[in-house]
Amino acid sequence: MSWFKRTVKGIQTPTEMKREAPDGLWYQCPNCKKAMHTREHKNNAYTCIHCNYHEKIGSEAYFSLLFDDGKFTELDANLRSGDPLNFTDTKPYPDRIRSTEKKSGLKDAARTAYGKMSDLDIVVTCMDFAFIGGSMGSVVGEKIARGIEYALKNKIPFLMISRSGGARMMEAGFSLMQMAKTSARLAQLAEAKIPYISLLTDPTTGGVTASYAMLGDFNISEPQALIGFAGPRVIKETIGKELPKGFQTAEFILEHGFLDFIVDRKDLKDKLASLLKMLA
Amino acid sequence: MRTLLDFEKPIAELEAKLDDMQRLADENNVDVRDAVRSLTENILNLRKETFLNLTRWQRVQLSRHPDRPYTLDYIEKICQEFHELHGDRTVRDDPAIVGGFADIDGTTVMLIGQQKGRKTKERQYRNFGMPNPEGYRKALRLMKLAEKFNKPIVTLIDTPGAFPGLEAEERGQAEAIARNLREMCVLKVPVICIIIGEGASGGALGIAIGDRVLMLENSWYSVISPENCSTILWRSWDYKEQAAEALKPTATDMLNNKLIDGIIEEPLGGAHLDWDDMSNRLKERILSEIAELEKVSPQDRIDARIEKFCSMGFFEEA
Repeated sequence: MSWFKRTVKGIQTPTEMKREAPDGLWYQCPNCKKAMHTREHKNNAYTCIHCNYHEKIGSEAYFSLLFDDGKFTELDANLRSGDPLNFTDTKPYPDRIRSTEKKSGLKDAARTAYGKMSDLDIVVTCMDFAFIGGSMGSVVGEKIARGIEYALKNKIPFLMISRSGGARMMEAGFSLMQMAKTSARLAQLAEAKIPYISLLTDPTTGGVTASYAMLGDFNISEPQALIGFAGPRVIKETIGKELPKGFQTAEFILEHGFLDFIVDRKDLKDKLASLLKMLA
Repeated sequence: MRTLLDFEKPIAELEAKLDDMQRLADENNVDVRDAVRSLTENILNLRKETFLNLTRWQRVQLSRHPDRPYTLDYIEKICQEFHELHGDRTVRDDPAIVGGFADIDGTTVMLIGQQKGRKTKERQYRNFGMPNPEGYRKALRLMKLAEKFNKPIVTLIDTPGAFPGLEAEERGQAEAIARNLREMCVLKVPVICIIIGEGASGGALGIAIGDRVLMLENSWYSVISPENCSTILWRSWDYKEQAAEALKPTATDMLNNKLIDGIIEEPLGGAHLDWDDMSNRLKERILSEIAELEKVSPQDRIDARIEKFCSMGFFEEA
């Protein structure tokens, strides 16, 4: 005998009467599927309190995590992509830019800012994957180059946070040459003996890995980040075999000698500050 | 047997006709000089018409022509002596990149280039001109050697891309290319880079940072091949012609966009039709560029090289 008996099948409550938790109050980890309070997740540097999964965050979140009191000055915020080649694939490149701008609220796939990190001066350029897969075109290249110039002029360390699928195809030859441009400025930074930290986050592949991302005095990463030159699908097609488990993860890259260390995001600021203080 | 691309076929047919005509005339003792003259003229006109109006995709096809000269062919034609030097001193020797000290008409240069193979076995041995990290590291080692002995560097670029294999990743393909980009910027000796065939993406750029970056008339240079671009943006291999148009990867395109410094013209119909002529053009240009660059001090050369690449880009600044 049941206490209650459903007399009418289905849900009868009208949508507007539905009681819901406010949107964004809870965060479900895409990796372990466990829920946590959004504030708790944010306070944990956007990493899962259960499984340490590192959420793919963008420049806004990194800047607020790294700069003291979240205070920073943005550089070159007014750079926007042009369309040097009149590039059209399934839709014209300028349309793609505009719709991405609207969707992401960003002007391109990288932002540069300077400020204090644990009382140390630092310039940070950070990529935004939300903007056409974090692809590197002229604006990204120019912002990085100018960020390095700022570091050179003011003799302060440079931190690059990469998260990108590689070069932006719609700027073809121009995109390719951004690899040369950023590497050229980094050569000057190296000659001036100013520290350069490259943080590779999930994912960093293609022309980004094959230029500035691998050129740090310190190449570092977050746990489990995908890092590579060719993408896993391309490699699989080339060799015609399944790829070994853990291939191209940060841990794999560390093991093969191309990373200095892997750091949990919640420890990032303290560790970088401590390292840079030793060099000062 | 010559390999013929589709747009080369009509010309080849006329050439065959000319051969037949001459043979018949010889056999039968007939005077066909007028006919021969007019047919020869027709052939020349057709060749001009075809090759002055090539589409971008046709140029990509020419850049991969199986009869086109490769790095070692040029070395054989333009160098009186060549001492090939092997190995990256860490892992192994990569046959997809060759290099060594070369004597070109009395000038010693470090000549480095990507090498494709011509027959099946050789193609495999050269990995289709796709270098592994060792290739890039060997190239850098040789460039530093040239710097040590104050000799100019010439690189010949001809690659469908850096090899996307498992071991290449394990041994740091990205790091090897990245390091070359940075180190080539500050080499104290003159550096001349010439795209002789295919210049695909980072795999090409990895040996293409120079005071002068030149392209042969029928080569291409871009961030991705038209086929791969088509696969990614159109999700099908079939849009390679459109992709080639969109990428604007030809020598003229790249010069118009100020992404290279000059073009070396090929014999009419393409480099593959006359290796001697093409090699001569290449040699003359290399020697004249070296002479020009040697007038400049090393530091000024480095500064100009860096500023040149830093000026590349197209954006709006509000």
